[in-house]
Amino acid sequence: MTEQAGFPLPSQIADVPGAENWRSMYQYFTRFQPDDDKRFWFYNSMHFPEPMPAFDTITGEIPYQAIGANTARLFVFPTTLGIEHRIVNGRVYITANPVLEAAEIERRAAEFGPRAGYYFENWDSLYEGWKGRLRALISEIESVSVPELPEWEPSEAVFSAAGVAQNHYLHENFHRVLALYSTMWHHHTEMLMLGYGAYVVFFQFCQQAWPEIGDQTVARMVAGIDVIMYRPDDELKALARLAVSLGVDDLFTDGCAAADVLAALETRGTAGAQWLAAFDKARDPWFHVSSGDGFYHHHLSWNDDLTVPFTALPGYVAAVRAGGIAPRPTARLVEERDRIASEYRALLPTGDEKAAFDQMLGLCRLVFPFVEDHKFYCEHWFTTRFFQKVKEFGSLLARAGVLAEADDVFHLHHTEIDQALADVSLAWAAGSPPLGGPHFQPLVAERKRMLSVLKDWSPPAALGPVPEALNDPAVRMLWGITAERIEAWLNPSADEVVGVAASAGVAEGTARVLSDVSEISQLREGEILVVPVTAPSWAPVFAKIRAAVSDIGGSMSHAAIVAREYGMPAVVGCGDATKRIRTGDRIRVDGDRGTVRVLSD
Amino acid sequence: MPVAFVVTLADAAGAGAGRVGGKAASLGELVRAGVAVPAGFAVTVDAFAAALAAADPGGALRASVEALDPADAAGIAEVAARLRSAVAGAALPAEVTAAVSARYAAFSSSGSSSGSVCGSPSGDVDVAVRSSATVEDGAEASFAGLQDTYLGVSGAPAVLDSVRRCWASLYNDESVAYRRRLRLPEAGVAMAVVVQRMVAPRAAGVMFTRSPVTGDRSVIAIEGVWGLGSALVSGEVTPDSWVIGKVTGEITARRVSPKARVHRYLPNGPATSPAPAAGAPGRVTVADTPAALREAPCLTDEEIRALAAVARRVEAHYGAPQDIEWAVLDAPFGSAAPGAPTGSVAAESRVVLLQSRPETVWAARDVKPAGAPKARAADHVLALFGKPL
Repeated sequence: MTEQAGFPLPSQIADVPGAENWRSMYQYFTRFQPDDDKRFWFYNSMHFPEPMPAFDTITGEIPYQAIGANTARLFVFPTTLGIEHRIVNGRVYITANPVLEAAEIERRAAEFGPRAGYYFENWDSLYEGWKGRLRALISEIESVSVPELPEWEPSEAVFSAAGVAQNHYLHENFHRVLALYSTMWHHHTEMLMLGYGAYVVFFQFCQQAWPEIGDQTVARMVAGIDVIMYRPDDELKALARLAVSLGVDDLFTDGCAAADVLAALETRGTAGAQWLAAFDKARDPWFHVSSGDGFYHHHLSWNDDLTVPFTALPGYVAAVRAGGIAPRPTARLVEERDRIASEYRALLPTGDEKAAFDQMLGLCRLVFPFVEDHKFYCEHWFTTRFFQKVKEFGSLLARAGVLAEADDVFHLHHTEIDQALADVSLAWAAGSPPLGGPHFQPLVAERKRMLSVLKDWSPPAALGPVPEALNDPAVRMLWGITAERIEAWLNPSADEVVGVAASAGVAEGTARVLSDVSEISQLREGEILVVPVTAPSWAPVFAKIRAAVSDIGGSMSHAAIVAREYGMPAVVGCGDATKRIRTGDRIRVDGDRGTVRVLSD
Repeated sequence: MPVAFVVTLADAAGAGAGRVGGKAASLGELVRAGVAVPAGFAVTVDAFAAALAAADPGGALRASVEALDPADAAGIAEVAARLRSAVAGAALPAEVTAAVSARYAAFSSSGSSSGSVCGSPSGDVDVAVRSSATVEDGAEASFAGLQDTYLGVSGAPAVLDSVRRCWASLYNDESVAYRRRLRLPEAGVAMAVVVQRMVAPRAAGVMFTRSPVTGDRSVIAIEGVWGLGSALVSGEVTPDSWVIGKVTGEITARRVSPKARVHRYLPNGPATSPAPAAGAPGRVTVADTPAALREAPCLTDEEIRALAAVARRVEAHYGAPQDIEWAVLDAPFGSAAPGAPTGSVAAESRVVLLQSRPETVWAARDVKPAGAPKARAADHVLALFGKPL
């Protein structure tokens, strides 16, 4: 590695004025160390685009334990150990630990081959088993109870010789929730690194064969058509059809509030009851879709906040009345995907290359269902349940007077929640009030204040010396960090936002910058959506917009895939589009080049 | 094979490059592929041989060429000049004159009123007369600068005159000196000529069915200028350029350049009288581009897609990447009504090709294969992660 002017060193990052005490929110093992100045770190804006609330650091702490265990210890990836993360001014920076010594790579490769080979050879059956394990994990986290701490234990506790009082379960069940989250993340990485590996080899092959091919075109050859991410939106469409056929569609008007509609349906006899039953059925699991990628507690699901489904329903109801909603043309989409793949294949000059193409594309399509659908099981369904469960502990702490409100639990690190639970448990046992209120409430208030200050800090894209060569496949695979990307960070364009060209085409229009899916009702027909991240919960908005821009995501991200299906331009992974573009700006989205330009008025 | 002094372009491919030259054979091949090409005919090497026999009876002049020392510039200049004036000046055999005149007259009687065809008030059709060399392979490139093109030739006498000038260009000093250096026998030297209806394109240019920059076979690179392509070929104007994906049809790069000058063909403009000097344009005007057009793209997206569709057909026909000269007209090719239909299908009807030859630059390079199959598909992934940094 050579040193090169460009990025600041970690030790050179000054505390954000007004939030000098940010370290108090985070664990000692997330702090930059003096030796860290010698290494290259990049800001993981893909997963952590905002400053971290104290509890939400668990979405780094646990996943990085799982990913590193998977690559370094379980599968013994030859060139990659794990990922280290650090927090500065609330932002998460990461670096990968490569294996550099040839003999060591060889030693690891001998282990890696059979281990990884086993998973690829048995992929489909392993994935079936995986789904079963994830469903079991989800059932378990749903069934974890948060103790009520009654005045007295029920008498059965004595007569059944339970012998253990409820305050014990405060700890046990909270730890169970954390343990399940960790288990989920181990399973999350179990197949993902290998699955992404299949993508990477195919992308690299295509780039070698067709140097000018766009990532989105490669992605189109791989994309599965019948994947779970379309299911929540499909469920909404089915509910719209049902509303019309039951004659309760008059309740779904533009701007309707979920609570009003649901209350009105209670008064509509059998038809209303029938619709509500179907609605409840659809909600579990299909409304467990996060508005983000599951890395922040405030990325709520449809079930947490019914605004998105009830913003979309009136439009779908109107479409059903006007003659029906055309189903996704899956046959045509499959045909188009296969046409593109076979025409590219035909361009290969030799039989050997065609055979290699077939192997790699075949492998991609084998892993695709897992790579695509794991997000629903892990980031959406499980994680929605996880945050809900943690919030239930927050409610308990609020009832006990330790916290001002349930959501404040997310401003405590899980080890601090442990302390608060110990306090509550001791107080319940002793018959005295808990002491945490004066301790935690000012602390939470101060942390919320600091987070709002840290929000305005623009973190450098990277820190430390630029490495001579950066071709760690794991880093490239997960974050798209390449030498070119680093170059672009060092020489940013003043009037252009640069991201990943995710869906082809060029569109001009008025920007609508939304920070969260709950603001969806502000969106007007024909606007260009600019958001931090999109997830399946955003799907219904794509029928309304002209183009999509996001801060986070790659060519296989949700926004990219849905935009391609709608045939609209999309640029994703822009980093700071939501900061540099304002609602009302006229912008030009170039989905071929991956740029967004704010046009002068 | 029986002697034929002229063959139509449709028959040129069958006649073979040895008799009609590479350019005519390639145009004939395009006709065979169902691609719109301005109608025309080839004056064959048989006509050349007959004319040469008349101009140099007994071959004495050619023998004196073969006797020349490649280093003797003065000698080459003197002998070449005599041969040129003999070829350009001697009376053509009557059969050649008759064959060329008859074929040209057939043009003029058929569809001179067509919107895409240019002609003078006398009813004579305007044509382009181009030399069509018979030399093989890379040698053609060495002759490229020596071959002549006469645009806007009108009337049988002028056509015949231009044909003879093309032939005479074989005896340019440089050309003769080149053959002497390679010790090529003069008996093997022959030149065919293409006579083609003139078109007055809205825009014209070149396209490659693989990227000239990266060699990518999945894209078509198009360059174009307003009016005739000569402004582009001569390097006078930086062309607009586009890259379009063959499979996706997506236009992935666009560069619009300021195009200061435009070469136009004016069908009714004053003929350069009496006959154009060798290499000089016929009724071609060179003018400043109107301000409104200067920075405007010379092709619409529909036209770009139409060109790409034609390029893919031609490439598929040849089975190899092509280097193509194209023109886009104001009206569907062969129709009288200008403007009218839009849409990419309609745009395709306004495309004509003027040339297609195999791409040679990337074909000659040793492009590394993108990959090879492994024992198991998963081995590709194992290799990726096993590769040292």
